Amino acid sequence: MKIAILGMGAVGRGILELVDEKDLGLTVTGLADSKSALMDKDGIHIEEVLSAKQERGYCGDKSLSATDIVERADYDILIEVTPTDAKTGEPATGFIKKAIARGKHVVTSNKGPIALHYAELQSKARKHRVAVRYEATVGGAIPVMHTLQHGLAGNRVLAIFGILNGTCNFILTRMAAEGLTYEQALLEAREMGYAEADPTYDVKGIDAAIKLVILSNTIWKRNVKLDDVEITGIDMLTTDALRLAEEQHCTIRLIAEAVPERGILRVAPRVLPKNHPLVVDGSLNAITLETDMAGEITLIGKGAGSRETASAVIGDVLFIRDANARSH
Amino acid sequence: MQVSMKLEMKDTPGQLVAALKPISDVGGNIIAVIHQRDEKTDGDVLAVQIVLDLQEQRLGELLSLFKGQGVNVVRIGKERLLYKHTVIMIGHIMHTDLGDTVDRIDCTGYAEVTELTMVMPAISEPSSARLVIRAVNKEDMEQALGILREVAKEKNLLIIEPLEEIG
Repeated sequence: MKIAILGMGAVGRGILELVDEKDLGLTVTGLADSKSALMDKDGIHIEEVLSAKQERGYCGDKSLSATDIVERADYDILIEVTPTDAKTGEPATGFIKKAIARGKHVVTSNKGPIALHYAELQSKARKHRVAVRYEATVGGAIPVMHTLQHGLAGNRVLAIFGILNGTCNFILTRMAAEGLTYEQALLEAREMGYAEADPTYDVKGIDAAIKLVILSNTIWKRNVKLDDVEITGIDMLTTDALRLAEEQHCTIRLIAEAVPERGILRVAPRVLPKNHPLVVDGSLNAITLETDMAGEITLIGKGAGSRETASAVIGDVLFIRDANARSH
Repeated sequence: MQVSMKLEMKDTPGQLVAALKPISDVGGNIIAVIHQRDEKTDGDVLAVQIVLDLQEQRLGELLSLFKGQGVNVVRIGKERLLYKHTVIMIGHIMHTDLGDTVDRIDCTGYAEVTELTMVMPAISEPSSARLVIRAVNKEDMEQALGILREVAKEKNLLIIEPLEEIG
């Protein structure tokens, strides 16, 4: 199966390394970063491209761009792993639409297009009989979308509760374990590479809310928007508050919660017993799905990381390949 | 009269429903069944708190019915606010009239702030407090939390609510 990859950040590199290392039956025929692109219908030499990127800072031909790859490369599945723009969803949404229009499947880790244009992209995909999958947008390596769409097929999902932001979870874990102040824990998260230079999206709960929107729309198809989510971040939390929770064998975690029957769609710090299944440590993510037949299912795993997120992308790619093999 | 009881029984499917049946057999009315997740029990024992209304003279009969079913009555009392939630509050709690904040819950009659622990760091720094709120049942607790949310909004306090028991 031929794949074209847009984006050579942590996720894009993770995918390239894994396709090179493992015998997955995938050939990379197109590749683009923010400055350049290359295509080869017989397959790009991955090691050469990775070292070229490391040495000179770009991967291919500067006269080519991501748009050229999307429009002209010879591929079956477009892998869109460029950075998220949560306000516009661009340029990723444009790339995805063009690929769909060409009759190509799309796999993305980009939250912008899915949170903003889910219904539109799915209807375009149906029209062109292709798949748009986005496992990597929520919960990193955790196969939550596969679980929802396949493993739990036939179930009615009543509610979801999740720890969807590893940065916040790391900060809260450190505040509770070491008595650090919020500012100290945030600095540590930055040093460990868990937090961005501008951590606003994470600590204000926006990143978790975007993921909650994606999950909600996947499950209930009600076309909710980021503005529909009631959001409280963790940036006002005090060490004292965590200690007060601790004295009652509880702790505080940033929880994303959706219970449509009760009109609940919110992200907020919450008090939970320390032995609650959602209380995971460090940068882990956890998601509890409450369903009518299966009852409660809690998934725990790495919420970020190059190879972990690549795992979710590759899972989608192979799923599409196998589904098509069956239908032909 | 209203009575509260803590019951222990074998944690097998259907056991809770079977255990509660004697209550209607003696003409009692269940007001609340509270199964708190954090309750520490040994392995396969299920512990629940119940609040019920029944005629005082039939209490003995109920207790022997429970015994016959293998349900162990651990405690029996007349306190009625058995539903308990811990809420944490951050902000200028003292200077936004703490007395009024507590009163707004207490004056409902169905919920009370029964414990308050507060930590005040330096002046002008936000303080943190832990409030234990007790209510008769889940619906009343939800009402009480609603009031607290309103108060918090008014007074610019951050309320950290418990994650409601799932399921």
